Amino acid sequence: MALTRREALLASVATTLAAVLPTAGRAAETPKTGGTLTYHLGSEQRILNPALRASTGVYIVSSKIFESLVDLDAEGKPVGVLATSWEAAADGKTVTFRLRDGVTWHDGKPFTSADVAYTALELWKKYLNYGTQLQQYLEAVDTPDPLTAVFRYARPIPTALLLRALADLGYIAPKHLYEGTNVLENPANTAPIGTGPFKFVQYERGQFIVAERNPAYWRKGFPYLDKIVWRVITDKSAASAALETGQIQISTYSSLALADYDRLAKDPRFEISSRGIEANAFNNTLEFNVRRKELADVRVRRAIAHAINVPFFIENFLYGRGKPATGPIPSSSAAFFPGNPPPYPFDVKKSEALLDEAGYKRGAGGVRFTLKLVPIQNGEDVPLLATYIQQSLAKVGIKVEIQLLDIAGALSTVYKDWNFDLATGWHQYRGDPAVSTTVWYRSGSPKGSPWTNQWGWQSDVVDKLIDDAASELDPVKRKALYAEFVAKVNEELPIWLVTERQFIGATWKTVKNHHNQPRWDSSDAHDTWIDA
Amino acid sequence: MRIVLLALRRLAASLPTLLVLLVGLFVLLQFAPGDTVDALMAQMGGGDPAAADELRRFYGLDLSVPVRLGHYLWRLVQLDLGYSAIYGKPVAEVIVERLPPTLLLMGASLAFAFAGGLVLGVFAARKVGRWPDTVLSTLGLIFYATPSFWFGLMGIVLFAVDLGWVPAGGYEEIAGGKTGLARVLDVAWHLALPTLTLALIFLATYLRIMRASMLEVMTLDFVRTARAKGLSGMAVLTRHVLRNALLPMVTLIGLQAGTMLGGSVVVESVFALPGLGRLAYESVVQRDLNTLLGIVFVSALLVIVVNFLVDLLYARLDPRIVS
Repeated sequence: MALTRREALLASVATTLAAVLPTAGRAAETPKTGGTLTYHLGSEQRILNPALRASTGVYIVSSKIFESLVDLDAEGKPVGVLATSWEAAADGKTVTFRLRDGVTWHDGKPFTSADVAYTALELWKKYLNYGTQLQQYLEAVDTPDPLTAVFRYARPIPTALLLRALADLGYIAPKHLYEGTNVLENPANTAPIGTGPFKFVQYERGQFIVAERNPAYWRKGFPYLDKIVWRVITDKSAASAALETGQIQISTYSSLALADYDRLAKDPRFEISSRGIEANAFNNTLEFNVRRKELADVRVRRAIAHAINVPFFIENFLYGRGKPATGPIPSSSAAFFPGNPPPYPFDVKKSEALLDEAGYKRGAGGVRFTLKLVPIQNGEDVPLLATYIQQSLAKVGIKVEIQLLDIAGALSTVYKDWNFDLATGWHQYRGDPAVSTTVWYRSGSPKGSPWTNQWGWQSDVVDKLIDDAASELDPVKRKALYAEFVAKVNEELPIWLVTERQFIGATWKTVKNHHNQPRWDSSDAHDTWIDA
Repeated sequence: MRIVLLALRRLAASLPTLLVLLVGLFVLLQFAPGDTVDALMAQMGGGDPAAADELRRFYGLDLSVPVRLGHYLWRLVQLDLGYSAIYGKPVAEVIVERLPPTLLLMGASLAFAFAGGLVLGVFAARKVGRWPDTVLSTLGLIFYATPSFWFGLMGIVLFAVDLGWVPAGGYEEIAGGKTGLARVLDVAWHLALPTLTLALIFLATYLRIMRASMLEVMTLDFVRTARAKGLSGMAVLTRHVLRNALLPMVTLIGLQAGTMLGGSVVVESVFALPGLGRLAYESVVQRDLNTLLGIVFVSALLVIVVNFLVDLLYARLDPRIVS
């Protein structure tokens, strides 16, 4: 009885709040409380803990249950969630976070700085992919009081880099459930306990995950929704049908077939757009193994880039959703994009001239040499691009043999065995070049590490630029260093970024307050409601 | 007693097959490039090699192949199927969760295909060479030749998206809290379309076999004798012809029990059903060896059981087989 009264009270608080405080820039509709929001989940995850696994598939679910120290606001600037404020020392080696008071875990225990220190040192630094890199110089986290966490680094770390990265890599897990256990086997990994607006209820393997409103949530009056359901649908066409029949209301991160987005965009019931997913841009790549004699010559690499008509590929294979890439930093990254044009426009004559100049004349049957191409199938467009590359290069006299493997096979063939001449897949940009992108170019990446520099290519200049930029505290100088980095790697071309694309989401228009910040699908949906 | 002996003999004969199957699959999968940690890295979008090594230790992949095979077989003897890498819990538990949807889908489609094939086959045989026979045979061939994913998707587009008669997918209403009869009806409503899809594809085979076997039996001497005896057409058909014509149909059930488990991968994916076929596919993609071997083990057991039942049925239909 007490619970019902409390819920009723919360609901009335919510409606009053919304009426009293009409938020600027948003539709002036009155939010309705209640209802169930159903997401499409394209593939099941092994672990639902974002402090152990950094991937969009994990975030779609776990970001509603767990909370990060910071998130991004509508303009893409870091805003406090579990942290209320932060301050960096002048030398850039110490960052102090003040934590939110009165936050409790879903099991009733209070959230404190001990949770932050434990998660940072034991989970992020040891297990979290990308987190291990970001926190490699983290030496200690001091906890002078329950609401203060002081991060101490061995090297200066730019605050902007840290905060931007923490939106994804800053989720806090409960120390009292993880301490002293084998964290990878912890039952809380699939029955998570967090501080977020929704509490985990049920996970039916192969079918669905359910979370319900957290009545003790620290943002008073939130969330609006009663329940969130994630439905596992692996077949893309079946997922489109589920969206059309209303079985799911949101499918995001390009989980439907490209042809279906084209069709659904004409249906007035849905919003098909990249709004609210801008923080995760991605590229189609062409990766060169420069251990191969012909590819060691930069003229051959450039010739290959010139031989491929990227605008044609985008228009005819990607339904126009994308543009030719300008380099490793996408144009959507306002803080770092240097503003250059695509470096290698389509030019068959130039391509042929470069190949001739490099000394590879056409031989028998017009073939100069043969290369093996391994597609790394992140998406349905990867094998299409592989075929398009094969046909384009045939025209300039390079024969390409495609070796089709599933993704686990392709990763080990390319990054562990180096058994490729060309590879094509996706590069995902995660908001800051130091988080996701420079590993593709920095030398010294251990053999077998996927999506890193395994090309047999090395440049002292580029290595130095990468290292300097990672610890440069002045944002203006940092941007200039990255501009220099882009110019250099575009010239040397160890890998060629073919397209620049955004993920696509499909959402029912009855869902309100959705995609209102650049990483919305990986955020908490506390203010989302359904106009039923 | 005789039945028990037969069962034991069958079991003894199938044990070596089972062993060869499991060891063969284990070895075969070693040839596939990439392991479950590579698959996990793909799912996570990358990670550093130290973490990957840590994970390989966690999944026991740092040991040599013979040692792992030895461990696996030793655990199997103790009836322990191991730990599923994808789901992070014991394989036996994962498989038990998936069995009801698979068995329901498989059993229902098999029954439907068998019954439909029987009735339509008899009908076609009686009208042999005339238009109903031609129409049935052509339709049967069309269903047989249509890929199941296309068939399923078209069913979804027509009956779920356009007409709204059935749900587009899923096993039951999510967290609907239904119990008893309401839940049974809910599951049946969700499974109607996938069952029909799977059954129609298998129907053609049963129809053809039944028709051919009816035609063959109808020309045999004992049928003429029965007619000469003055039995009615119906009595000849049910008591003499049908009983003999059913034997090849029963054989086919035994053979298809295995196929239908595999054949349901596509149907399960299209209809988002949590069945064994999809689990097997997922285990291959994720290189989850324990789960895959577990599924093979359970499927093999299932096929052995079904074939045993088929043998019993043979004996009942044709006493000559036992004596």
